[in-house]
Parts: sequence; structure tokens; C-alpha cells
Amino acid sequence: MAKMNLLQAINNALITAMTEDEKVMVFGEDVGHFGGVFRATSHLQEKFGKGRCFNTPLTEQGIIGFANGLASQGSVPVAEIQFGDYIFPAFDQIVNETAKWRYRSGSQFDVGSLTIRTPYGGGIAGGLYHSQSPEAFFAHCPGLKIVVPRDPYHAKGLLLASIRDKNPVLFMEPKRLYRASVADVPEEDYELPLGKADIVQEGNDITLLGWGAQIEILQKAADMALQDGVSCEIVDLRSILPWDVETVMQSVMKTGRLLINHEAPLTGGFASEIAASIQERCFLYLEAPIARVCGLDTPYPLAHEKEYMPDETKTYEAIKRTLHY
Amino acid sequence: MKDRNHLADVKTVSNVQIIKNGVVDIPMLQILSAEGSVIDGAVEPALTKEESLKIYDTMEYIRVLDERMVGAQRQGRISFYLASTGEEAASVASAAALSPDDMIMSQYREQGALAYRGYKTNQFMNQMFSNKDDPNKGRQMPIHYGDKALNFMTISSPLGTQIPQASGYAYGQKMSGKDVVTICYFGEGAASEGDFHAGLNMAAVLNCPVIFFCRNNGYAISTPAEEQFAGDGIASRGLGYGIKTIRVDGNDPLAVYAATKEARALAIAEKCPVLIEAMTYRLAAHSTSDDPTGYRSRDEENKWRAKDPITRMANWLEGKGWFDEKENDKRVEKARQDVLAAMKACEKTDVCDIDDIIEDVYDTPPWHLKEQLASLKAHIKKYPQRFPKTAGRVK
Repeated sequence: MAKMNLLQAINNALITAMTEDEKVMVFGEDVGHFGGVFRATSHLQEKFGKGRCFNTPLTEQGIIGFANGLASQGSVPVAEIQFGDYIFPAFDQIVNETAKWRYRSGSQFDVGSLTIRTPYGGGIAGGLYHSQSPEAFFAHCPGLKIVVPRDPYHAKGLLLASIRDKNPVLFMEPKRLYRASVADVPEEDYELPLGKADIVQEGNDITLLGWGAQIEILQKAADMALQDGVSCEIVDLRSILPWDVETVMQSVMKTGRLLINHEAPLTGGFASEIAASIQERCFLYLEAPIARVCGLDTPYPLAHEKEYMPDETKTYEAIKRTLHY
Repeated sequence: MKDRNHLADVKTVSNVQIIKNGVVDIPMLQILSAEGSVIDGAVEPALTKEESLKIYDTMEYIRVLDERMVGAQRQGRISFYLASTGEEAASVASAAALSPDDMIMSQYREQGALAYRGYKTNQFMNQMFSNKDDPNKGRQMPIHYGDKALNFMTISSPLGTQIPQASGYAYGQKMSGKDVVTICYFGEGAASEGDFHAGLNMAAVLNCPVIFFCRNNGYAISTPAEEQFAGDGIASRGLGYGIKTIRVDGNDPLAVYAATKEARALAIAEKCPVLIEAMTYRLAAHSTSDDPTGYRSRDEENKWRAKDPITRMANWLEGKGWFDEKENDKRVEKARQDVLAAMKACEKTDVCDIDDIIEDVYDTPPWHLKEQLASLKAHIKKYPQRFPKTAGRVK
């Protein structure tokens, strides 16, 4: 075990993967000698050479197009998009190419070895274009897996699983926690399962569901609710696509209430999908409507960032409303 | 860390100088005249009789296939087709200059390259009839071929996406240490897509052994080249990216072959990309959904018919004493019969089972796809008349 922050855990996972398999290549804007704007790829070029860790020109569609070709050739690309907000020039390559490669060729070819890493989320005074959480755009796209870690331990285990998974994975890193979240992380190689949620805290009165940096918010809200004698179960979805409906369903059947929290805007957010699926499966178990505590349907603001955020106070109030419905 | 000076090689001037388009004159390589004789001073590429005839036969085969399949689409037997008439030399002669181990990433009008690699008539048909013997499992519109064994990447419809992909594929080839390249075909219209810029720039910067082969056929559906770009074709852009560039007469099979051969040698020796702009003309409609009479004249088309690559090569072969007209007529007739027979056989083959609808989205279908399939199958069983292709086989 070693104390690592989330960036160090990512870096450690990349070193582990690159050491184990020489086909693993890491690239993106500034990831080479500089080690990435957040330093997630520090020293990789020194360790593994310029051929396997390199800068690309500033072109997100190029990075993912290149990564698609490289993956289809049999290499194992880990492509970095510097900010989730800048992934959209690559939207066509991801949605029409990455996600459909295997299907359209009847498994003759695939890009299953591809992992796209990108930081997402707000809380860092990043305004409109350094704060977005674009997971729902990609959750609408069959063929992709979407994975979000909540802490350094999950970052390493889930990233290693993503790199080795036989399907393309969009790995979204909560940048607010990059340096803020520090935990004991095993130095050896390990993987955590994709497509499986994790029960962070057991409880009886309401299920609080989230992922990534919002798990911390849910924990704070649960602590506030505990003062009122409310017992919250916290579930970290960990994978957005495919998502673990079974674990969520079991939890909701136990607690009878569900609150979903995400930073992305409310309308068309992934909470909508979860709410629809859970009401279908758990209709007769629900004691109250499913609550969504999300970002506003506005672009991500700067001066009003604190007001925009689905924080613990908004979550606490929603818990009370749901319990007293 | 060494200090950089990115202005080191820049000359200065003391008055305003405007650099105009066309300052660099990019000539077009031509070996055969329009009549098919070797131009004075031109060097014939080293092609054996057998290799030459394979190029010629493949071009002719594709012409037959295209004619028949356009006809089949008109009869309603397939939904869509896209002919390469007039451009056969561009795809066939370039493919002939490659090694079978080289990857081909094509746009959609390169059936000639695929046929040259050895794709069989029934394979073309299975794909076009979307039947269960199509390796794509009937999922894509006609002409979206792909064949792993022949190193021909499955085609996708979005334009230009294959360009940065080819850079990445070639980078992987280079890292694997093998002396192979990727060839990437696209049209002058697709070269307006952002992916063109991204792909060429990345290949140049990252030293990828890829041949970018642009078929400048004058039209993107109805849009003529002069409404597509204002510069000197696509070749001039190669220079901007620092990419070695060749412009070639795309209707001259010998010139296409020679240019591609040279490009491949360069790409391998120097681990670098090469851009080829083949000047040709899309004698066919864009696709069976298009009618060129709305945007160009018969006269214009006829001028290009006179440059037909097939006639041109036949004349050259004749001059060599390698062309046997009777044998050739027999071969063409046999190709016609083969196409008709394969069409008849393959159009009757069933489509895939409904279970295949959820396969290959992921390596194994996750829970939600299994759930949706079960519900779909129950529905098909309830309404068998509505789903005649699959209802009888739903388990």
C-alpha cells in the first residue's frame, strides 16, 4: 500500500499497464515530456520511450481517429482528451467509429483495446469549458463502456480493467479530486469490475446514487441526514454504461426511496435513464417519487458555480422531501 | 532541455510580399498517352505480362460488376449501389503496387482494390444482399465491404473518418517493426472534412508509413471540385503538411502503379506518409440515388470517356502483344455469367437469425441487450406476418 492522490493512482495504473504489455501506448495533447497538463502521464516518456508515450498535435478528432486505427491494428491505445469539454470534435469518431467498429464488421475488426481518458466535472472555477460532465451524450451510444472512479483506489483498479477490457471504454476522471482525494492504493496490479456498482455505505431509509466526485457529496448529505435519524444507503454506480441495474434495484427494494445526484444538467441526464428503469422495476416498492439532484439546465457558470452545483445541502433537502412525501 | 528557435530558418523581407496560390507548380505524372502508347521519355514500370493482365482483368471485372449491380438496383433487387466507372485504374493499379500485407482503408468506391486482393463474386453478393453469409452479418448498406483475411478494413459511411484512422493503423504497423504500410483512399470532397487535416498532420508529425490516395474525380455528389476548394487541388496541401506528394493521371494505370510503388518504397524507407492525388473523373453517378444529368453535360462526360483507363490499357497491352481479344471477350462474358449466377444464388440466402441483432455491440451482450432481445423475440412471435424474414426461425 502507498498513499496516492488520484493523479498518482492514474499514473501508477498507466505504468503498470505499460510495463505488462508493450502494446500499450499513451498519447494526447502535452502528455509526452511534460506529462500532461495535470501530470497524469508524468515520466512515462522517460520510462517507456517516445514511441509509446507521445504528444499529438492539437486535434481531438485526430487523436481519437488515430487511436481508433491504432486499436484496430492490435495496439492498446490509451488516448487522453485534455478536458471532457473538448471531446466534442471527436464526437463523430467516438459515436460513429469507435462504438460501431465491431458491429459493422461482424467482429472481423474491433477497437476493443481502446481507452479514452478524460477529466470531467466542475468545482475548480473552470466555467463553461473546463467543468462539463458529458457522460449522458455517450451513454446514448451502444458499443461504448463508460467508467467513472470516485477515489484513487478505484481510479487504479478501474483504469487497469478498462485498458484490458475487450471493449472501448470512456474513462472519465473527476478532476476536482485529482489532488484532493488521497487514499491507500495497492502498489501491485489489481482490477475492479466494470459494469458493477459498489455499495459505499449501507442504510435503510433511502438510496443515494451517484458516481465520481459526487460520492463525496452524497456522504456529506448522508451525515447531515443521520443527525435527523435518517439512515442512507450510498451506491456508487462506477460504470455508467452498461450500468448495474440489479444492485440499484436491490437497494431500492430495501429502502423504498431513491435519490440520484449528478453534476451534469437535469434534462436528459443519466439520472433520467436510471429513474425510468427503476420505476419500471420497483414501482410497487417506491414510497416516494425518485428524486434527481442535478446541475441546472444552463451552461456551466463561473461566478455562480457554487449555486449551480448539486451540493450536500441541496441533496439533504431532497432527502427530507423524499422522506416526507 | 535544448533551446529551440522556431524562426531559425525563416528568411525576412522588408516589403510586403503576397504569396500566391500556384507558386509551386505540381505536375501530373503520365506514362501512357490517352491512346495508350508510352509517352516519349516516360519509363514503363516493371510489370510482367501476368501482373499487367491481372490489373487489366480486374478493371474489366469491376466494370462488369458495376454495370450489373446498377442494373440490379434498378430492378429493385438491391437497395443501393455505387459504381466506380472511369476510376478503375485509380483503385486497381494502386492496389497492385502494394503488398498483400499492407492494410487498405478505403472510402467506398474502391471495389477495384478489393477485387484485386482476391475478393470473390459471391463475397461481393453476400454483402450486397445483406444475407447471413455476409461477414458484416447484413448490418451495413450494400458496398460497405470488409475482409480481415485480405487486410481490407470494413468500410463505414461517414466521410473522411478513415484518414486519421489510417495514420494510427500505420503507426501501429511501424511500432510492430514490420515493413508494411497502410493505404488510405478518399475523394477530393472528403478532403474538405476536418478529419483530412487531422489525419495528414498527425501522420506527418508522428512519421506514419501511410499512403494517402486521393481520387480527385471532379465531383462530390453534384458539387464540382471548383466549389469544393480554391487551391491547387489536394496535392498542394501535402506540401503544407510537410508530406511528400505525387500528382498522377488517375486514368493511366501505369502511372498510378508507378506512383504508388514509389510512395510505398518511400513510406517504408523513411517511415513517412506520402500523398498521391490521382486526377480522374467519376463517369458514374455518385450512387444509384443520384442523377448526374441535373448538374453536368453529356459533352463533358464524353470528353472523359475518351480517356477511359480500360481502353487505354488494352491498347498498351496490344502494343506489347499481350492482348488476345478473343480470350478477353470470353473472360468478360464469363464474368457477366458469374455475376448473374452469384446474384441469383446469394439473393435467396436467408438473413441472419434475429439473435445476431445484439451480437458484436460488445464482445459479449450485456444484460440490457439480452433483455431487449427477449422482449423483441416475444413480439416477433406474436406478429409473425409482420416479420417474415425472421419469424420462422425465432427460438
